[in-house]
Amino acid sequence: MTIRANVSLSRGAFTLQAQFEAPGQGVTAVFGRSGSGKSTLLRALAGLETPQPGGAISVNGVTWLGQGINVPVHQRRVGYVFQEPGLFPHLCVRGNLEYALKRSVGRGAQRGGRDGVQGDVQGDVQRGVPAFDEVTALLGLENFLWRNPVTLSGGEKQRVAIARALLSSPALLLMDEPLAALDLHSKEEILPFLDRLFASAGIPVLYVSHAPDEVARLADHLLLMEEGTVLAQGPLADVLGRVDSPLARTDEAFSVIHCDIVELDGPCHLSVLSTAAGDRVYVPRITAGQRQDIRLRINARDVSLCNQRPVGSSILNILQATITQLSASDNKGQQLIQLRLAGSDELLLARISEYSCQQMGLINGMDIYCQIKAIALLC
Amino acid sequence: MVSLMPLQRSNHRWLMLFENDIAALWITLRLALITALALLMVGTPLAWWLANSRWRYKAVIEAAVALPLVLPPTVIGFYLLVAMGPDGPIGQFTNWLGVRPLAFSFTGLVLGSVVYSLPFVVQPLQSTFSGIGRAPLEVAATLGARPLDRFLTIVVPLSRSGYLTAAVLGFAHTLGEFGVVLMIGGNIPGQTQVLSIAIYDHVESLEYASAHWLAGSLLVFSFFLLLIVYGLNRRFDMVKV
Repeated sequence: MTIRANVSLSRGAFTLQAQFEAPGQGVTAVFGRSGSGKSTLLRALAGLETPQPGGAISVNGVTWLGQGINVPVHQRRVGYVFQEPGLFPHLCVRGNLEYALKRSVGRGAQRGGRDGVQGDVQGDVQRGVPAFDEVTALLGLENFLWRNPVTLSGGEKQRVAIARALLSSPALLLMDEPLAALDLHSKEEILPFLDRLFASAGIPVLYVSHAPDEVARLADHLLLMEEGTVLAQGPLADVLGRVDSPLARTDEAFSVIHCDIVELDGPCHLSVLSTAAGDRVYVPRITAGQRQDIRLRINARDVSLCNQRPVGSSILNILQATITQLSASDNKGQQLIQLRLAGSDELLLARISEYSCQQMGLINGMDIYCQIKAIALLC
Repeated sequence: MVSLMPLQRSNHRWLMLFENDIAALWITLRLALITALALLMVGTPLAWWLANSRWRYKAVIEAAVALPLVLPPTVIGFYLLVAMGPDGPIGQFTNWLGVRPLAFSFTGLVLGSVVYSLPFVVQPLQSTFSGIGRAPLEVAATLGARPLDRFLTIVVPLSRSGYLTAAVLGFAHTLGEFGVVLMIGGNIPGQTQVLSIAIYDHVESLEYASAHWLAGSLLVFSFFLLLIVYGLNRRFDMVKV
């Protein structure tokens, strides 16, 4: 149950040379700056770009590209959501969805039968016969099935495009910055649909993004890309926690930790959460109806360290941790410290100055208190 | 009954006079319709290739297709006539096939008209095909549509206005053809004499009333044909999604 790829291609001055292995389920975020080759990688996976000979692509045991094999785009069981929704303007919403549905039956059954793919059957979508009503309900499209795509808002169009990709019965869903062209309001509108989709569909997803928030919220697995190559890959927390990754070198370095809800209506418009170790975390009040598993994104620059538990501080969130790794100092005299939260496997990054690090005598294995200035709630 | 008799007699005379004209009208309409259909069939793959090919010498083909726009029709007609002659390549081909030569025949007229009106069909098609871009086709491919399926279900419906323009221009341009038809067809009444030549004959023999009747009908008909195209094309204007 893995997605394996090894593709190289050049387009003018740009060269893609990507090799990776991602789990055959869950959401793998492909993260990197603009121009790092994320979209080109996705296009190569879908067969929209022809890589140089010698490459290989296989998705859960089905070979799409290999020795003497290059399955054409329309025969790859791929669902592709582009940055622009690309709805067919001559068809209504239902027509767009049925376009995918009509062609999915042959594709799904044919390839599944010939290759003997036995997927873990999770819902109708995985079985190759996606249920029209289920998908439209999942993306909340019931009320505008007969509308002309031209009359839909940006967020609605993208939801139709996602539903259409799902109805084509994909074995792999590729999403190329599906939210990048949307305004903030539309993004907020569409994110809950993505949460539901990823929780229920059971199809592996490759999700290209350059927005840390989306990655932190949606992904389970992470591929970091830079200049056409895959620099790091692995479970989200592991890759984010690395002090030597290209992401860690930027000011955007962040970690994601998981919390449970203790009390929704806490004091002074706060909600109280707790980490796996039982440390309390205070966040701005969460409204009811949001999911139980809460992800928090914490920027490395918002974490400061103390030798002893701070007393009389205005900072509410203080977590106990052990130092597990220290990076070398960068050219601005800053160091990145990797910490493991006490009593759990969760990793936290802190960016502090080389000078404080020396003054405090920080070394591996040292127990320490982390003061967290700001937390982003991802739910 | 009594009062109708002279009228009927005059109608009969009128029909006798215009028998050739009716035949010419019929030949013209048939020629224009068959030519337009043939042009759509030939023009579609050609325009698609021109819109998508990255071949280095594509401009050569584009220039050749556009030639009828600038050449006098008599030049095209002359060379086609030579080609259809016993020593020309088309003539030798028909000879090899064992069919009668194309010169001075209706089939020959269709062939000449197709060549002559080619740019009027290929150019609008090529420009709509280019306007569609690659994106909708890539989307359709990822949804499992085969190449021909993509062409028929995405390109053709999105090219409605281009097809309408191409069909009507091909039809209307053939209606008004003169030089090529005169060269290849040889002005045989009832066989290859088309409307524009019939008008010329009327003027030559100073039958201005008949010339008026034909010329005026052609003018009004062509105008309404173009009016329909421009009117419909506004409705077909597509908004990008």
